[in-house]
Amino acid sequence: MPSPNYAAPATVEEAVGILAGASGLAKVLSGGTDLLVQLRSGRSRPDLIVDTKRIPGVIGIREENGAFVIGAATPGVMLSANEAFVAAYPGVVEGVDLIGSQQIQGRASLAGNLCNASPAADSVPAMIAARAVAVIAGPEGRREMPVEAIVTGPGQTSLKKGEFVLEFRLPAPRPRQSDAYLRFIPRTEMDIAVVGCGVNVTLDASGTCTDARVVLGAVAPTQVIVEEAAQALIGHRLDEGTQERLAAAASRACRPINDKRGTIEFRVKIAGVLARRTAAIAFERAQKRA
Amino acid sequence: MSKHHVSTTINGEPTEFLCEAQQTLLDVLRDELLLTGSKEGCSSGDCGACSVIVDGNVVCSCLMLGVEAEGHTIQTIEGIAQGDKLHPVQQKFLEHAALQCGFCTPGLIVAAKALLDENLNPTEEEARYWLAGNLCRCTGYDKVIRAVLDAAAEMRGAAQ
Amino acid sequence: MNAFAKEDLRVVGTRPVRPDGVDKVTGRANFGADMTMPGMLWGRIKRSPHAHARIIGINTEKAAALPGVKAVVTRADFPDVAPERAYIGEAPANLRDLSRNCIAQGKVLYEGHAVAAVAAVSPAVAAQAVDLIEVDYEVLPHVMDVEAAMASDAPLLHDDVFTVGVDPKPAKPSNVAKVVRFKKGDIEAGFAEAEHIIERRYTTKPVHQAYIEPHACVVSVGSDNQCTIWSSSQGHFMVRGYTSRIVGAEIADIRAIPAEIGGGFGGKTIVYLEPVAYMLSKKSGRPVKIVMSREEVFRGSGPTSGAVVEVKLGAKKDGRIVAGQVVLKYQAGAFPGSPVNQGAMCAFASYDLPNVDVVGYDVLSNRPKVAAYRAPGSPIAAFGVESCMDELARELRIDPLELRAKNAAKDGTKAAHGPTWANIGYINTVEAAKRTEHYQTPLGPNQGRGVASGFWFNAGGESSAAVHVNEDGTVTVTEGHPDIGGSRASMAMMVAEVLGVPYDRVRPVVGDTTAIGFSAVTGGSRVTFAGGMAVTRATEQVVEELKRRAAVTWDISPEAVEWRDGQAFPAGANAGSFEPLSLAALAAKSARTGGPISAEVQLNAQGAGPGFATHICDVEIDRETGYVKILRYTAVQDVGRAIHPAYVEGQMQGGVAQGVGWALNEEYIYDQDGRLENPGFLDYRVPVAPDMPMIETVLVEVPNPRHPFGARGCGEVPIVPPMATVANAICDAIGIRMRDLPMSPPKVLAALDETMPPTRAAAE
Repeated sequence: MPSPNYAAPATVEEAVGILAGASGLAKVLSGGTDLLVQLRSGRSRPDLIVDTKRIPGVIGIREENGAFVIGAATPGVMLSANEAFVAAYPGVVEGVDLIGSQQIQGRASLAGNLCNASPAADSVPAMIAARAVAVIAGPEGRREMPVEAIVTGPGQTSLKKGEFVLEFRLPAPRPRQSDAYLRFIPRTEMDIAVVGCGVNVTLDASGTCTDARVVLGAVAPTQVIVEEAAQALIGHRLDEGTQERLAAAASRACRPINDKRGTIEFRVKIAGVLARRTAAIAFERAQKRA
Repeated sequence: MSKHHVSTTINGEPTEFLCEAQQTLLDVLRDELLLTGSKEGCSSGDCGACSVIVDGNVVCSCLMLGVEAEGHTIQTIEGIAQGDKLHPVQQKFLEHAALQCGFCTPGLIVAAKALLDENLNPTEEEARYWLAGNLCRCTGYDKVIRAVLDAAAEMRGAAQ
Repeated sequence: MNAFAKEDLRVVGTRPVRPDGVDKVTGRANFGADMTMPGMLWGRIKRSPHAHARIIGINTEKAAALPGVKAVVTRADFPDVAPERAYIGEAPANLRDLSRNCIAQGKVLYEGHAVAAVAAVSPAVAAQAVDLIEVDYEVLPHVMDVEAAMASDAPLLHDDVFTVGVDPKPAKPSNVAKVVRFKKGDIEAGFAEAEHIIERRYTTKPVHQAYIEPHACVVSVGSDNQCTIWSSSQGHFMVRGYTSRIVGAEIADIRAIPAEIGGGFGGKTIVYLEPVAYMLSKKSGRPVKIVMSREEVFRGSGPTSGAVVEVKLGAKKDGRIVAGQVVLKYQAGAFPGSPVNQGAMCAFASYDLPNVDVVGYDVLSNRPKVAAYRAPGSPIAAFGVESCMDELARELRIDPLELRAKNAAKDGTKAAHGPTWANIGYINTVEAAKRTEHYQTPLGPNQGRGVASGFWFNAGGESSAAVHVNEDGTVTVTEGHPDIGGSRASMAMMVAEVLGVPYDRVRPVVGDTTAIGFSAVTGGSRVTFAGGMAVTRATEQVVEELKRRAAVTWDISPEAVEWRDGQAFPAGANAGSFEPLSLAALAAKSARTGGPISAEVQLNAQGAGPGFATHICDVEIDRETGYVKILRYTAVQDVGRAIHPAYVEGQMQGGVAQGVGWALNEEYIYDQDGRLENPGFLDYRVPVAPDMPMIETVLVEVPNPRHPFGARGCGEVPIVPPMATVANAICDAIGIRMRDLPMSPPKVLAALDETMPPTRAAAE
């Protein structure tokens, strides 16, 4: 394959222009931990690689009145090192942290993990549970979309030609709101999630859930927001009955496949187990955030 | 195919090279700069044999394009020792016999050095998880972890 | 009798830093892919996408015409090889099969089988050129599973393979390449006499050695046929020999230089790339480098067999086993040669059984040709036999170590495969295991403990070594064994011990094929044994020469000279009162006393001491997910004499980790078209650092009297027990018997759910 072209635009406008004007296949290069594997294996043969990392603001985290703005290409290690963000969204950080090894953490980004659109992406369930919003730059200017609207299928996004994710916005967490992410893998590390679960809850002073989002990964072509699971939590404390209803709802929401990482039967069971365990952690964290 | 000109700093030395867009940093280190200490084990970021430190973070050089190195600071296995003075991690690997074939050793040493740059008192579990991205097929990791923890202890002692 | 008593040893048994250590921790050491030669081209191989197909035609025109391509080769460039057998590597190799494995002839027999190759000015051009080679295939039905391949209507891989070991010779060709059989006593009578019979079936999947260094070589052939091969392998004499026969070159025209090797475990005791690189170099007139990608390693190089192991044991109620029967069905892959023979011999080797019947089948299937993997054949057989022993122990309510002790092979036991054991330490490992603190430690909920044993023959064979005393009294020892695990340190230690000089005065070198005599592969756990024997004998000859030089200097008889602590002494007052002469002093005047002081020894070492081990493992199971955590692991092994204890421990720990991976997560996963779905380290799941605990080792030393220092091979035994050890621990923890490897979480959970009532399942 002839070598692709490579561009490293210095501004958003330049990047949009290059992407919109590309004649062949153009791929955005963020952390590169998915794209380079695909380049090497021949699975992806772009004509143009557009490296967004020189655009100001694309790498970095800032707070705006308690809300967080995260540059699209911010590597995992930067997120884990940001104490305020870890305190506000430990579940999102957990998800990012679980993307591969320490070496992967040095490069991998939220935008890359999202736009690579693997059903098993580790950062996405907690991001959806957190109601994160993606800010997209494109030929028609900027627009915002909830992150769950970005991924439309395995390897597919709703982004139009010329568009790329610029940054993410996560709202300031409320008192007694927190999150958690767990995944099941056969080893202790280095595996793609067989099932992933992100839970974000808000509690009142008595420990009763007033708001919740339960999101499953790797059990369907895209992440699944399990409404029924959220309903099982809202208005309740996390007693045994609630946990069983939660687990059952999670298992029922699965539409998985058999593949080299897990069977349908196994994924359905594990979804329930993880939903329970993840909710327990989220509840405990939320209690502590008065 | 036109090549890109890249200026970077490698092991403290200003370094320039030419590369094609699809050449990874690992390709460039090994084939253009003849720094063959970083190894290719998988080219998919799963084995860590190609580990280098970029701007203080340990990364897989097979997952970076050579062109992405522009303006950044890179440390490879060749730059871990200072002249003929081995880094404590290197010395402990030798003392603990923490290598058998030695192929994964450069990547492990770079990653371990990055760990100790950040945390001089890791627990056994922390060390194992930090090194989860460095596959070793020969040692079963036992002596590797002992060497890393012993290097940490020595560096803590020296820091006092 | 060993020449050296343990208490007199000063170097052997200590833990000095290895001589190649600094190079390896600084990145200076050169492995297979680290070599560059002037004018070098990059080679790349075209591989079959089909599991089984006839090659109708190959069109290389477009590839050859691509600018930057300097050579293209196909089967047509290689000479035909007669189907002769030649013993060069670790196991008898059929040279024609090996040649057809390096580049397909007529048919492709597995996905990944090499069909053509190019050499070009850059890796990118080589990759483009490979894509331009057009191969016309007639896709044939394929067969993957071992028992499916044995069926009479299975797709046939070779129409000229007739089952060997069957009398009369069959008229029809078969995928069953060979049947082996061992018998002892009368198996029917044995079972008739048994008070308790247990019969079980166990299955395993193919697993890969998964060395971190992919195969790599640089080969340069001149127009005068003089050839240099730089490659990492487990034997450069093997590389030279196989390459010469596959390409039709004379052995003396090839110089094979051993690169440092990044792991082999048996998988690099054969060649894949060197003959192809040779042809590309010959055609292009330039050196050619070929490096396999990780995907190519998985698709195109040999894993070990997947297998079926059927075990039947008959015992008395008190635990004495009176009958042992095993049927082994091992996949050979595309060409005959699974390790079923070794598996059959190892199956009951640890035990003293009066009646034994072992049958083994070597079965072809459309997978890569299997290559040796650490104690080839033994781990698979042990998974079956040692799991069955555990099942028997439970049914008889006898402690599993006690059951083994009751039936242990000892000195004087006649093994089922023929030899009578002498100087073996199996029972010592069982007793040492019982005494460990590990074995006494209580367990918690969902935790279990398993034990299992294992055996490997260890090998002797051909080794050469040369010892040279340098002018300043330092010593160079040259040997011909690539150093996979620290062996050159052990060679230097043995030389230093015999000479009585400090270790750092001895420098070991792994010489290329022109620098030292023929040496067989680094494999079979033979280097410390056979290589050690060669270096020791050569050093002893040097010592005799040094004594002779002292005698010349003092003008006395050589019999009147002693050698001690690195110096020559007059032997007693009658010899005369002379000041001792050091190695350095004798070296300095060597020209005047007769010339350079050296000795070279070639031998075919006999008397390798067999190795036995007993392992203990504690696991904890997450009952809701089937996840198995290894809590604690102790490996007890008879190592004869640990020359360098840290490297012996390292061999044990490495073997354990590979066995744990084999037990829990490693497997080749194929789709319906016979294509490998997991040719990478993401989904071929070897243990990572947090998967393993510290691995405790107990070194039992029952010296091997045939080795000057008592050493026995130690590198292979440690991979034999772990699969059964882990399976037995899982059974102890949750009462579930896993009989199919790997014991991955979905399978453990499914087994748990089958036997337990639903507790928290969805029930709305």
